[in-house]
Amino acid sequence: MKNRINQKLAEDKKLLSIYFTAGYPSLHDTKKVIQDLEKSGVDMIEIGLPFSDPLADGPTIQESSTAALKNGMTTKLLFEQLKDIRQSVEIPLIIMGYFNPMMQYGVEAFCAKCKEIGIDGLIIPDLPVAEYHEHYQETFEKYGLINVFLITPQTSDERIRFIDDVSNGFIYMVSSASTTGTKNTFGDEQQQYFDRIEALELKNPQIVGFGISNNETFTQATKTAKGAIIGSAFIKHLTHNGIDTIGAFVRGIR
Amino acid sequence: MSYQVNEKGYYGDFGGAYIPEMLYPNVEELRTTYLKIMNEPSFKEEFNQLLRDYVGRPSPLYFAKRLSEKHNTKVYLKREDLNHTGAHKVNNTIGQILVAKRLGKNRIIAETGAGQHGVATATVCALMGIQCVVYMGEIDIKRQAPNVARMKMLGAEVRPAKSGSKTLKDATNEAIRDWINNPVDTHYIIGSAIGPHPYPDMVTRFQSIISEEIKWQLKEKEGRENPDYVVACIGGGSNAAGTYYHFLDEPDVGIIAVEAAGKGVHSGESAATSQLGKEGIIHGCKTLLMQTPDGQITEPYSISAGLDYPGVGPLHSHLYKSGRGEFFSVTDDDAMTAGLELSQLEGIIPAIETSHALAIFNDKKFKPDDVIVISLSGRGDKDLNTYIDYFKL
Repeated sequence: MKNRINQKLAEDKKLLSIYFTAGYPSLHDTKKVIQDLEKSGVDMIEIGLPFSDPLADGPTIQESSTAALKNGMTTKLLFEQLKDIRQSVEIPLIIMGYFNPMMQYGVEAFCAKCKEIGIDGLIIPDLPVAEYHEHYQETFEKYGLINVFLITPQTSDERIRFIDDVSNGFIYMVSSASTTGTKNTFGDEQQQYFDRIEALELKNPQIVGFGISNNETFTQATKTAKGAIIGSAFIKHLTHNGIDTIGAFVRGIR
Repeated sequence: MSYQVNEKGYYGDFGGAYIPEMLYPNVEELRTTYLKIMNEPSFKEEFNQLLRDYVGRPSPLYFAKRLSEKHNTKVYLKREDLNHTGAHKVNNTIGQILVAKRLGKNRIIAETGAGQHGVATATVCALMGIQCVVYMGEIDIKRQAPNVARMKMLGAEVRPAKSGSKTLKDATNEAIRDWINNPVDTHYIIGSAIGPHPYPDMVTRFQSIISEEIKWQLKEKEGRENPDYVVACIGGGSNAAGTYYHFLDEPDVGIIAVEAAGKGVHSGESAATSQLGKEGIIHGCKTLLMQTPDGQITEPYSISAGLDYPGVGPLHSHLYKSGRGEFFSVTDDDAMTAGLELSQLEGIIPAIETSHALAIFNDKKFKPDDVIVISLSGRGDKDLNTYIDYFKL
């Protein structure tokens, strides 16, 4: 069976992907958030596995991670919460988390569990592409998992080509030099970067993340890219409005 | 067995560069240039001149006669406490500010726990006229007020780290996030032998002046370059790395590392990473670190803010795992007592970090003709309030 991520990427539309932190706002919200996001028309979901020291994240996701850990979230519990998720949800599901909790679970055991549940891919910001390529790619592929790498405006063309080679789903295009959630609009600099990447004609489609918060930034980012990921803005919505108005948030984006 | 970093940035199983892609260009720039820069004759000349005229090196190797008599062995103290700014930290900040200048950086960031590395960084930034931002845990800012004032007086901006546990590990997270957000003009001066490759090796090389001097100083005093043992306290492990460096491949020199046991290794309030840690990833390197079974990094405890770190540098993890280093852990109480003992036997008030190394005599017996060099990594001025409270002075 083809990976759900590849199937989704083959559809003729701009994709909206949403990130949220598992176990936030309340410990057992994980499943309902996923189900409501799919019902609201979201194309793909990144489920954040919370970590005590999320280096690449701005304050919003840091705080949601701290809160989720305080709520009692663990890797085992997340897998438990997701065990029947494929009975109700069809869109691609990606786990996004830092490498240390995965190492402690056991990388192979983690991948095996993902396959069992029906997770389609992983995003691990602090697992560098060379390390992955050398030590973990075989394992990920054995369990049919797509690993997604980040590129930034500072990433050289040569390195982007290497990342494109190693990737078999999409490339996560970080919109600007920043941690998550720090920009509200895109300027000329971002546009030039979007154009540069488009001109590279990569084999993997690109999905833009970091700094997408509303209809304006979503539209701008997806002019050249295949889709966009919203994280911090959605977490803020959950913080202020709880989990009952997810549909309204998603409708506001596109 | 090699104790040098390999071309991939590993010491045995430990090290590497587990960093988000946003940091890759910066770390890669450093990785490909640091050795070249450090080997340039003009760099060496400037570095050595500053260490001599500004820091006050070489630091004395002092034979501690009364301490030796008390413990019935021969103890030398390597007096890093006499360096400008009061600790070994400045060896590294002088080196890194010169690297930063050659990379064309005009803004410096640093993390600090007790404030010693922050002060050493603020000092070299003042010296070079470069903007300086120091991240410090909100709790540490309250605990270490005199060092905060020193940094401000030196012109640095001290930014409180308010995330997580609000101490050193969180200050390091904030510094890394700052670097992600300022990828072009900023150099991050890491203060310990931790972080993504090449930091552990670069910091170790700058600190290796300590063991380089010990060798010739001991030759003058004892007629031999190699002591029987070198002893240092370990938090992240920069003074230890520098103290061991030139003895790593000398099998007749025993390497002794002293960690902070806090209120006891198994009390739940400890920073004895080699005893309590498991292999994992912290701040960009694979090393031993204190964590939950689920892989969340836990908060350590020590009376000494400088040893209050949940990880240990990858070189030290390798020394531990390979058996090259002998690791001990010393409680708050034993360290404080050893600090008082040195004060009253030798007239030297040590930093509480250093007091941990001085407490080695409780745990290890040395022969009368053994020659032991202890790294006296810092002076105790910053710790006076803690000593006063503890001893009700």
